Amino acid sequence: MKLLVSLLLTLCVSLAWAGEAASPKLDIGKGGQCVEDTQWMRKNHMHLLKHGRDDALRLGIRDEKHSLKTCIECHASTKDDSVTARADSFCVGCHKYEAVKLDCFECHSGTRKSAWLQQRNAK
Amino acid sequence: MSDMDMDRRNFLKTSVGAAAVAIAPGMLLYSVAQAKSEGASSKVRWGMLIDTNQCKPGCNDCVTACNRENGLSGETKSTDSQWIRKIDIKDISTGREISLPMMCQHCENPPCVDVCPTNASMKRADGIVLVDKHRCIGCRYCMMACPYKARSFVHEALTDQNPDVPRGKGTVESCTLCVHRIDVGGKPACSEACPNKAIVFGDLNDENSEIAQKVRSVASVQVRADLRLNPGVRYQGI
Repeated sequence: MKLLVSLLLTLCVSLAWAGEAASPKLDIGKGGQCVEDTQWMRKNHMHLLKHGRDDALRLGIRDEKHSLKTCIECHASTKDDSVTARADSFCVGCHKYEAVKLDCFECHSGTRKSAWLQQRNAK
Repeated sequence: MSDMDMDRRNFLKTSVGAAAVAIAPGMLLYSVAQAKSEGASSKVRWGMLIDTNQCKPGCNDCVTACNRENGLSGETKSTDSQWIRKIDIKDISTGREISLPMMCQHCENPPCVDVCPTNASMKRADGIVLVDKHRCIGCRYCMMACPYKARSFVHEALTDQNPDVPRGKGTVESCTLCVHRIDVGGKPACSEACPNKAIVFGDLNDENSEIAQKVRSVASVQVRADLRLNPGVRYQGI
C-alpha cells in the first residue's frame, strides 16, 4: 500500500513538473481572470471572437465584454502594450507553442488603444 | 471552546456578508458598463448633407482628418487608399467653380453589395455600407461597380492600424462613415473637422435632427440620382 501511494505520488509530481516545464512562459499583462474562467477561455476564446466579429460588424451588436479590443486592453504586455510584439507576448506565445496560425493581427491592431493614441499624437 | 466557536462563526458570517456586498455592486457595475449594445436599427438612416457653398477650394481638412482617424497614409498614388477626396468642378458654360468632398455615398441600393460574390460588401440596418473583411477575397468587383469610385484596394501589408479601424492587405475598403464613432454616439471625423461646418451628419429618419430639418427646407441633390441608388449623402449647391 505504502509503495503504491509513494509510486502514485512520484508520478503525479513528475507529471506536474513536466507540464510546468513544457508550457510556454507568457507575458500575461495584467493577468488573472477577466471575463470568464481561465481554463474555459483557453478552450473557447476563438468561438467568442469568431461569433462576436460577425455580430459586431454585420449587426452592429458590439459585445464590449468579449471583444478583441477588451482582450488586448487587459492582456497586452505592461512593457510594450502589445499582445503580438515579442515571442512571449500573450497571443503569439501560446499560438506559437500550439502551432496554430494567428491571422487576426494582419488587420487588427495588437496594441492597446491608449498606447496607440499616444504614439499617433507624438507624430 | 464554545465561545471561540461562536467567534469563529460570527467572523465567517460577517466576512461572507461583506464579500457579498462587495461583489454585488461590482458585478452590477460591470454588467452595466460592459453590456452588449443593441445593434444597428433599421429605424435609423445615417446620412450627410454637404453644403458645397461652404466648402472652400484648396481646403483639405476633411481628407486629413479622415486619414488621421482611419490610419491612411495620405498618399494619392493609384495604389494608395483614399476614403474621401476633394473634387474641383467647373461649369464650362458659366465658368462657375465649386469644390466638394466625394466619398462612399452609402446608397440604399448599393451596387457594390449586388455584385459581391462572397457577401462581404454589405449594408447595415442603419444604412451604413461596409466591407466585411473577414469575408472579402479581394476580387474588386465592387470597385468596378461603384459609380462614385469610392472604394480602394489595400495592396501592401499594413502595420500600426487604429485599434478601432482594422485594415489589411488583400481586402477592399472605403468610407465607413466612422462607424466606430457612430456606435458610441459620435460623428464622422470629416464632419467634425470641417472648419465651415459644411458637412452635416445625422439621422435622416429622425424628424427633429438637424439634417432632416435641413433637407426639408433647402434644395439638395444626390449625385447621379438617375441611377436610383438613393445615396445617404446629399449635396447642396451643385
